[in-house]
Amino acid sequence: MPRKMFMLIGLVLIIALALSACAPAATATKAVQPTTKPADTQAEVPTVQVAEPVTITWWHISTADEHKNLWQAMADEYVALHPNVTIEIQVLENEAFKTKLTTVMQSGEPPDIFQSWGGGVMNEYANAGLLRDIDAELDADGGAWRNSMGEGALGVYSYKGVNYGVPWDMGMIGWWYNKALFEQAGITGTPTTWTEFNDAVDKLNAANITPIAVGMGDKWPGMHMWAYLVTRLGGKANFEGALLRTGSFTDAPFVKAGEMLQGLVAKDPFQDGFLGATYGDEATAVGNGKAAMELMGQWAPAVQKDNSLDKMGLGDNLGWFPFPMVEGGAGDPNDAVGGGNGFAIGKNASDAAVDFAKFLTSLENQIRLAQINVAIPVVKGSEVGMTDPLMIALQQELAKAKYFQLYYDQALPPAMGSVINDSVQALFAGTMTPEEAAQAIEDSAKLELD
Amino acid sequence: METAADSGVAVKPRKAPLLTQKVQKNLTIFLFLVPAFALFLLFIVYPIFKSVYYSFFSWKGFGDPTDFIGLENFQQILKDKIFQKAVLNGLLIIALSLGIQLPLSLSLAIMVGRDLPGRAIFRMIFFLPYVISEVITAIAWMGLYNPDPTRGLFNAILTLIPGVEPVAWLGDMKVVMPALFVVLTWKFFGLHMLLFLAGLQGIPMEVEEAARIDGANGLQLIRFITLPMLGSTIRTSVYLSVLGSLQQFVLVWIMTKGGPVNASEVMATYMYRFGFVRFWYGYGSAVAIVMLLVSLVFSIGYLRIIRQPDFQGAE
Repeated sequence: MPRKMFMLIGLVLIIALALSACAPAATATKAVQPTTKPADTQAEVPTVQVAEPVTITWWHISTADEHKNLWQAMADEYVALHPNVTIEIQVLENEAFKTKLTTVMQSGEPPDIFQSWGGGVMNEYANAGLLRDIDAELDADGGAWRNSMGEGALGVYSYKGVNYGVPWDMGMIGWWYNKALFEQAGITGTPTTWTEFNDAVDKLNAANITPIAVGMGDKWPGMHMWAYLVTRLGGKANFEGALLRTGSFTDAPFVKAGEMLQGLVAKDPFQDGFLGATYGDEATAVGNGKAAMELMGQWAPAVQKDNSLDKMGLGDNLGWFPFPMVEGGAGDPNDAVGGGNGFAIGKNASDAAVDFAKFLTSLENQIRLAQINVAIPVVKGSEVGMTDPLMIALQQELAKAKYFQLYYDQALPPAMGSVINDSVQALFAGTMTPEEAAQAIEDSAKLELD
Repeated sequence: METAADSGVAVKPRKAPLLTQKVQKNLTIFLFLVPAFALFLLFIVYPIFKSVYYSFFSWKGFGDPTDFIGLENFQQILKDKIFQKAVLNGLLIIALSLGIQLPLSLSLAIMVGRDLPGRAIFRMIFFLPYVISEVITAIAWMGLYNPDPTRGLFNAILTLIPGVEPVAWLGDMKVVMPALFVVLTWKFFGLHMLLFLAGLQGIPMEVEEAARIDGANGLQLIRFITLPMLGSTIRTSVYLSVLGSLQQFVLVWIMTKGGPVNASEVMATYMYRFGFVRFWYGYGSAVAIVMLLVSLVFSIGYLRIIRQPDFQGAE
């Protein structure tokens, strides 16, 4: 008998549990009905006050305080304007974001709005049907949203002619340097050619200053050095040839870039332990004045500030110059390697989510973004918000570029981007010859592009 | 069955039970097993079979796999130099674990299990690293290993010695594996120490006393009494240590991402690199299957050959 009782109680408990699992759903649907009904009846009245509650999920990687707070403020303002909307923001560190996003993508549940760099990775998602086509919204009101921003920047977020996202920042990579340390090493002006650049490295070395900080453990920071050399040596025709398979990634500029890079590595210009360092370590070294230069995008000053001991960064001592030209290279000295940040729109995004993305990229909000110097805005007319002379210099240099090369690890399919990052790390470590690195990249191109 | 039914009919006041005792008992067992078994099937068995299926495809992880390539992924894995490097690194970790980590844990266990004053405090301190999350461990050690002497403790101490250059612990391809092994040891010796402590409790005092009366000194006591009587615990420890080494991921991935240039690649980081970084999901699944097979072969072989006496003893 007691056993029977025990069993009975057990069964009742299981059933109760199973039933309680259904309960919240049942109450939720009940709750929705009364709210929607008044909305329907009020539809005849000009103002629709009660709309269906919508939740927007938004993942971004702007971890620097000022930037994070501005995003939060914008979200709060949007919610104030649209009380039915709830915005769930997840702030993630760059590497953690990439990892986490990959997992939710493979389960087919992307966030509504998330950080994207456009290009190959975004294309992969778009191709798998994980993103939402926002052309209709871009073209609404005579294309008001579309025409508000530069065509090139918007194009980075399109795949096969359809936009799946919008940019909010577009910039280029260049050398950030410490003016005081340059002066201390007796360098006048900034290097404009690769030879002058190498001289500057020698002078810094001679003055016992670490010339360059690089976070080669994360791979991509140093990859840009190789990518810039390729761009300077081969120009647009070279890369597009390799990409469209009329050429190859073993063509002369790709190999030559590896040789020149290893020539630089041979001078031992990097901080101690650069092969295992993260980008954070790199920014810390420059921000604390421990290294004279870093090759990085427009976000570098913000990250340096955030990583420096006094949270001030280098201040007025920070300077910027474009990647020097390479003597005899086929690329135009004004060509730029860069990219920016944007929002990709997940496949399950509601209309409200797209509207919120539009709100975030409005002229007014773009000006606010420019004012805190964390981005080079893409909406026409928002340059007026830019106050930092370095950012203005960078933006003007970008405007001069005849050819804009999106970061290699973003422009190409993820597998190729990863192979390029790995191969360039091997070039830095001296475990691969330039020919071997080029061959490894070409091998993966055969798998991914042919 | 029949007797129960008959007796039900024969004795009027007692109602016939709906189910017989035996069925009732089995039903109870069954009902209580269902939830755990369902979870086991759903989260362990089903994914394994799914992975086996994916491993036959060239697949990027989105949508349904369509490009069937048979065993090509496996051929590729076995040919890949980086995978071979990962296996070698795994073997290195196993060898170091068995050669250094376990003896260290054992000696500490004997120390704190016996007459060391304040042993409870030591026991807690030694076990503490095992309780801390692996991610926190990795990040804390990255700080200690920082190559910049103003930021990393080890280099700060090293550079106090005149003429000594800071060491790039995680950035030097030759130093990175030993550096990682130190962290692995720090993290996991507490677990093995605890196992050995439990084992030591099981050794009867009488045996030791008898040995002492026979004139055995401390070392002889350990050599001829403690170690043989700890046999089954040691075998369990070796088993856990080898399996743990084969599957090590978190500490390695966070601290080095398998780098620099694959110098600290292990099988799990290799799998992650291909599955989740390069979006070669089919290939990544194949690596996972290889890992599963290696672990399975080891487990079964080890249980058959080495641990058999324990089971016989238990029966």
